[in-house]
Amino acid sequence: MTPLQFTLFVLLISVGAGVLGSLLGLGGGIIVIPALTLLFKIDIHYAIGASIVSVIATSSGAAAAYVREGMTNLRVAMVLEIATTSGALTGAYLAGRFSDRWLYVIFAVVMAYSSLMMFRKRRQIAVGLTKSAPWADFLRLHGSYYDQALGKEINYRVVSTRIGLGLMYIAGIVSGLLGIGSGALKVTAMDLAMGLPIKVSSATSNFMIGVTAAASAGVFFMRGDIDPFVAAPVATGVLVGATVGSRLLGRLDSSTIRIVFIAVLLFIAAQMMLKGVLG
Amino acid sequence: MTELEGAQPGSSQESTTRVLQVELLISNLLRIGVVASLSFVVVGTALSFLHHPDYLSSSTALAGLTELGTPFPHTLPDIVAGVRDLREQSIVIVGLLLLIATPVMRVAVSIFAFVYQGNRVFAVITTVVLSLLILSFVLGQTI
Repeated sequence: MTPLQFTLFVLLISVGAGVLGSLLGLGGGIIVIPALTLLFKIDIHYAIGASIVSVIATSSGAAAAYVREGMTNLRVAMVLEIATTSGALTGAYLAGRFSDRWLYVIFAVVMAYSSLMMFRKRRQIAVGLTKSAPWADFLRLHGSYYDQALGKEINYRVVSTRIGLGLMYIAGIVSGLLGIGSGALKVTAMDLAMGLPIKVSSATSNFMIGVTAAASAGVFFMRGDIDPFVAAPVATGVLVGATVGSRLLGRLDSSTIRIVFIAVLLFIAAQMMLKGVLG
Repeated sequence: MTELEGAQPGSSQESTTRVLQVELLISNLLRIGVVASLSFVVVGTALSFLHHPDYLSSSTALAGLTELGTPFPHTLPDIVAGVRDLREQSIVIVGLLLLIATPVMRVAVSIFAFVYQGNRVFAVITTVVLSLLILSFVLGQTI
């Protein structure tokens, strides 16, 4: 393969990763890492370095549009970022003290269970939760967004802020320990525990993953793990893909997004289980 | 229909406008970061193919660019020197660094935005996030 062919193929795959990542609130690492290592035989260090770049590219590329459209819940994002960043710090501190294999197995089970829970509520759009929510009331986290597919403004209430913070702390630890973006865990926590609509969960997760990834990206860069020739087509493709994807989210049906998300969750669960079992 | 915004003081027309202004500011900041980094990355990549015509045909050149241990600048002085000489790798790296800096800038700018909104609670929350980010960056270097 010539360098030109490499650049073009990686560019094309990254556009796909950017579209999927921006729609589902994930960083695209689940596509970029296996593609680079398996298809192009790139060393895992450079693949992870490029995947971190891909997370930031998805986040910033899509968030510009989501924030403008009012799809992102900025307040929820800022509050939860405290938990994800401190979780990431804890994870970096704990790194090497746990067997990664067990962590992969545990998270595979968590992901599989979440996908089942999500499947059960796949037809819901906004949860009209009447549960009391003192923290969310105080921080004024409740919000609304305009759903293009339904053609109307959807109001939603945010509940279980403390549980959400706890889950985000765990999501932060996981990304610190295993070096994965954990967008899947973030979307799941916001959707299942906090009662945010799936589109808002996805847009808000998208907004948040860039911040966590930026901290690790700086470290990866100084270590020399970000190869410009590998990262350049990834960044370019993902940015283009995320821009396209962010125009689609509003128009797509919420249950469609949920179904695709469930499928991706199961795929991640299988990937993690394999890593845990095979080591 | 329940009252969603919470009946706290300051949720007037004025503050709604300010919230919208802040959203627009953050959105524009992200857009500028993305466009700037994309320009550097694309120009750098184009230059690398211009400087090395063999990249279009050689099937052995790829290994030298993507194998572990490939030399590329990753310290600030090297990058600055590389950009001055219009070296393609350094230009791409400047683009990647701009991309990495964008979310951090977004958090920093949000602090001022919340102060402008008169939202003290969120100004504090965002300051804590920025401090944690800086802390993890500093600690990460030593690991």
